[in-house]
Amino acid sequence: MTKQLPPVDVVLVGFGWTGAIYAEKLTAAGLEVLALERGPWRDTPGDFATTFAQDELRYYWRHGMFQEASQSTVTFRNNSAQTALPMRHWGSFLPGNGVGGSGVHWNGQTYRFLPSDFVARSHNEERYGRLPEDMTVQDYGVTYEELEPHFDYFEKICGICGKAGNLRGETVEGGNPYEGARSDEYPNPPMQMTFSQDRFEAAARDIGLNPFPVPSANMSRAYTNPLGLQLAPCTYCGFCEKHGCGNYSKSSPQTTIIPVLMQRPNFALRTHSEVLKIETEGGGSRTSGVTYIDTSGDTFFQPAEIVVLCAYPLENTRLMLLSEIGEPYDPRTGEGVVGKNYCYQVMSGATVFFDEEFTNGFVGAGALGMVADDYNGDNFDHSGLGFIGGGYIACYTTNARPIESHPVPDGTPGWGAEWKRAVQANYLKTATVGVHGASMAHRSNYLDLDPTYTDSYGRPLLRMTYDFTVNDRRLTEHITPVAEEIARGMGGREVNVSARRGSYDSVPYQTTHNTGGTIMGTDPASSVVNRYGQSWDVPNLFVAGAGLFPQNAGYNPTGTVGALAYWSVDAIINQYLPQPGPLVQA
Amino acid sequence: MTLPTRRRVLRYLLSGSTALAAPAGLFAKEYGRGEGMPWSPLEGEIPYHGTQEAHFFTPDERATVAAICARLIPSGDDGPGATEADVVTFLDRQMAGFYGRGQHWYMQGPFAEGTATQGYQSEHPPAELYRRALAELDAWCRAQDGGPFAALTAERQDEVLTGLDEEEITFEGVSAKTFFDLILRNTIEGYFADPIYGGNRGMIAWEYIGFPGTRYDYRDFVSHDGAPIRLPPVSLLGRPGWSAP
Amino acid sequence: MIRTIAAAGLACALSAGASGAQELSFSQVDRGRYLTLAGDCKACHTDLENDGVPFAGGRALGTPFGTIYSANLTPDDETGLGLWSREDFYNALNEGIDREGRHLYPAMPYPYFTLMTRDQTDAIFAYLRTLEPVHAEEPENDLPFPLDIRLSVSGWKLLFFEDKSFVSMQDRSEAWNRGRYLVDGPLHCGACHSGKNLLGADADGEYLRGGVLENWYAPNIRGGENGGIADWTAEEIVEFLKIGRTSHTAPMQRMGEVVALSTQHLSVEDLGAVATYLKSLDDDLPEDADTPDQARLETGEGLYFDNCAACHAADRSGVPYFFAPLDSSNKVVADDPSTAIRIILGGARAQPTEAVPSMLAMPPFAWKLNDAQIADLLTYLRATGPRPAAPVSAGQVAEMREYLAEEH
Repeated sequence: MTKQLPPVDVVLVGFGWTGAIYAEKLTAAGLEVLALERGPWRDTPGDFATTFAQDELRYYWRHGMFQEASQSTVTFRNNSAQTALPMRHWGSFLPGNGVGGSGVHWNGQTYRFLPSDFVARSHNEERYGRLPEDMTVQDYGVTYEELEPHFDYFEKICGICGKAGNLRGETVEGGNPYEGARSDEYPNPPMQMTFSQDRFEAAARDIGLNPFPVPSANMSRAYTNPLGLQLAPCTYCGFCEKHGCGNYSKSSPQTTIIPVLMQRPNFALRTHSEVLKIETEGGGSRTSGVTYIDTSGDTFFQPAEIVVLCAYPLENTRLMLLSEIGEPYDPRTGEGVVGKNYCYQVMSGATVFFDEEFTNGFVGAGALGMVADDYNGDNFDHSGLGFIGGGYIACYTTNARPIESHPVPDGTPGWGAEWKRAVQANYLKTATVGVHGASMAHRSNYLDLDPTYTDSYGRPLLRMTYDFTVNDRRLTEHITPVAEEIARGMGGREVNVSARRGSYDSVPYQTTHNTGGTIMGTDPASSVVNRYGQSWDVPNLFVAGAGLFPQNAGYNPTGTVGALAYWSVDAIINQYLPQPGPLVQA
Repeated sequence: MTLPTRRRVLRYLLSGSTALAAPAGLFAKEYGRGEGMPWSPLEGEIPYHGTQEAHFFTPDERATVAAICARLIPSGDDGPGATEADVVTFLDRQMAGFYGRGQHWYMQGPFAEGTATQGYQSEHPPAELYRRALAELDAWCRAQDGGPFAALTAERQDEVLTGLDEEEITFEGVSAKTFFDLILRNTIEGYFADPIYGGNRGMIAWEYIGFPGTRYDYRDFVSHDGAPIRLPPVSLLGRPGWSAP
Repeated sequence: MIRTIAAAGLACALSAGASGAQELSFSQVDRGRYLTLAGDCKACHTDLENDGVPFAGGRALGTPFGTIYSANLTPDDETGLGLWSREDFYNALNEGIDREGRHLYPAMPYPYFTLMTRDQTDAIFAYLRTLEPVHAEEPENDLPFPLDIRLSVSGWKLLFFEDKSFVSMQDRSEAWNRGRYLVDGPLHCGACHSGKNLLGADADGEYLRGGVLENWYAPNIRGGENGGIADWTAEEIVEFLKIGRTSHTAPMQRMGEVVALSTQHLSVEDLGAVATYLKSLDDDLPEDADTPDQARLETGEGLYFDNCAACHAADRSGVPYFFAPLDSSNKVVADDPSTAIRIILGGARAQPTEAVPSMLAMPPFAWKLNDAQIADLLTYLRATGPRPAAPVSAGQVAEMREYLAEEH
């Protein structure tokens, strides 16, 4: 029997980056906020201390940081003609788990989308003409200019280390000349670059590109953020991504927000509490709260005035479908919205092998890199190319963890004596120039509920139907040669290209940039939430995260996720609370 | 930004009966409510799973696995192989633990073969897969060559493994290719993982390739500018230099 | 009665009136509240480990002689101070006698509170009367015979206790006197920071030179020449007490509690007075330390670089305000290294305060380093810093390890 609990003002479903952002702002505004997190409590000294955080097997290969597939996973197929099968263990993406979510184990690469990214349809159609029918690219409904103060604030909360390229309309040397105008410089200077970045920078400039340091959430110096929380200098330990940071030098909910939240009596967090359903009343026009289950096996109904979904795009989409909120997307008719426009990232690269020089990959950090944006967004002329969007080209040095990183030249056998020799000869002597390509929405890439497979509570798993599109292929085929050219200019012995060919493979790791499913927009017929992240159907339900993106840009999503969260919570406090109801008239 | 007033804080502290207070009967752990970040001395999620001695393989299985690993990463003048690194002990522990059981994997049916892009779809978690595949492998070798895998010459062993990898040799009950991919992956893990898990004995593999291990501060080395950095490797439980000889 | 100058430095003075209304007037209660903050009454008189109600007592206080449970200070008639008078309360703080005339164990630091005036104890009493009465029986004290007989305390008092008032030194500044009053009175710093004799009283000649309580070594806090905090400026002392961070270190564990519950709430003027006083206390030159053998220094250096540098930096300069620079640490080179040993074994966390909410924590190394390794590491740090101190033995580490195992 479900036990009813005393009501609270706000329930947050999930407690990663967006959960922490909403919680901090809403509690500061005086509301009683309860966060429900499916996974466990996590904090630096107990869970990723400097004494044991450096454990590649445990944290990456045995998925110590990630969502447990046995608890909940997704089913996957490339297209509707196939039967989706469960991702029995993670591969191409690694969803987070527990307090802090993937904000604990991310790299820290923190970009802002370009102004044109937010109006991808109207901007590109104006310049290049009508897009193909099956490209369901849409405008976000919010502009870069509107989000700018929130980008700025999120970067200050995180202490992002970088160099502005466009300061209030003035181009500044050393930064990204293509970026949208910034109101302020980055709160911290860029990280110290290593040999590989120096070679990349020189080679990129040689071919006329404009490289700049990657905006990094790994601290270049000691920093105290606007909430008074301290981040220490990064020590380039090479155990960044997929791992928690042991010495407080990576921005995460734990290092930038949570300690302040924990001192507020109007904030509470319950861990090991999985939300089963968002409850509605009034014929589905309001949410009354959520039903959740904890490790006792008992279910509880937690009433709330406002519910915010902060559980990552995949789970947010699934919860809406399970709770029958919003019209599910049907790829055959193109009708419906929940689950629509699932996007990812199209990644490729060129690895350069050195003979004499050591790149010493273990001296690395998750966001240590140099990057060039000349082939991103609409920063170059796409006339006649047959695709829109682009990707950044970057040379990162993040790690030399040997199970993960033991590159060998093309043609080396996969095992045996020759393989072993090649591993030893090339270890610490490679660098990779990667392309981080945008993923444009397509009518056949979507999320829905699986008809066969269920989670441990008998609820349908989320089904992911996704493959690379024509736009993806043309994009990657166009830009990868540029990466190759840069790699060839870096002075090594040989360059091996890893092009993105064939179908999307769910097995090898690519990125954890799953976007869409709960997209934002200006029209309830083609979006799930309005430009403030408010559900068109249920005005006291808000959705956060990269699920809001109608399509994914050529950047890591977190910077934009943070900005959208601050933008949305600002609207809740200043517009919704004084006058509850739809913030946008449909 | 306004923080709740002191009186409100005091009220919460003293009354403990707000909506946010954990209702009785809740199993979930509660945090917040003005109590700050939890912390206790001596506590931490130190490595545990897979670090304890544990056994899964029968002696025959162990012999077969050791022989396979010795071909995947062979010993040689140029450097240590899986044998020196004691990868078979690593695998034994892994198969005996949660990984072998597939405990963290989604192992609900129905099971189907799947496309190349759909990943592992065997109904058998790793330990079961190993057990069946090893039996089939040895049976195949006995039928073909009159002896188990471990008894074959190194050359012949390589041929057999190549046959598994290239799907020229197949098994009845389990996929030979899936098994090969898995044991190759696990062998690399055992060769390069921290010694606390049973393989990479004495950090021998890290020494071989030049990986400094669990060090956590390279600020003095960032400007290496392409020069080698030679630091003796450190593991989670240290290195020989931590104790006087 | 010697007039106290110190009283003027505290919150506004008030004449001791007789009427109940004046007694519980806002200014009197507020003055009392401030004094309880200075005295850190809430810390001992709240069962912090078990989320107890503030001031309702019941906290287990470990002493070298056994465990004593703190009293309920809420105005409950049966279990608290409900039936006490102001006179009773003054006697408790001034002489260590309760309402029934029984002696209080000096775990209640009345040897320090005796410096407070009747005026001040009245204010504290007034504040306590405004609390919600809480019915809370405290557990029986766990003391061995004959210490469980309160009369035995009278012998101790005969030897070691003096009912006295504060006397200011005319040739010193007002701030110095006020600082001395606070340190020796309400703040009762010496209760931890002064060495004790075998019977638990302040040992001669060990004033603020470091002391042990509950197996924590509270370091030397003399700020003059050769003192434990000689490197600190007066501003840094104020900073430490007010916001819980300086470039040198942060308050941790028990001192963290003191800063969180007491000193961060005191006025900057009062903390400045404390700093002025502490900076005036010189100390003797430390004895020359034995040099350990080279092998230990080498292993210690390797241990340091591999384990500690990620926070404390390869050159031991740490990250000021974040991770302690170790060369100026009064814990690392203390005569008694037990705090340093305990922190390495069990970890520590920098106390979050209102001003600095970060909880930076050092992880425990008990599972990772053995006794010899921790001893070599500390020996290396102590021998090679600017103020060499004696080597540490594996036995000392083993002792602390055993203690911690029992405690947890």
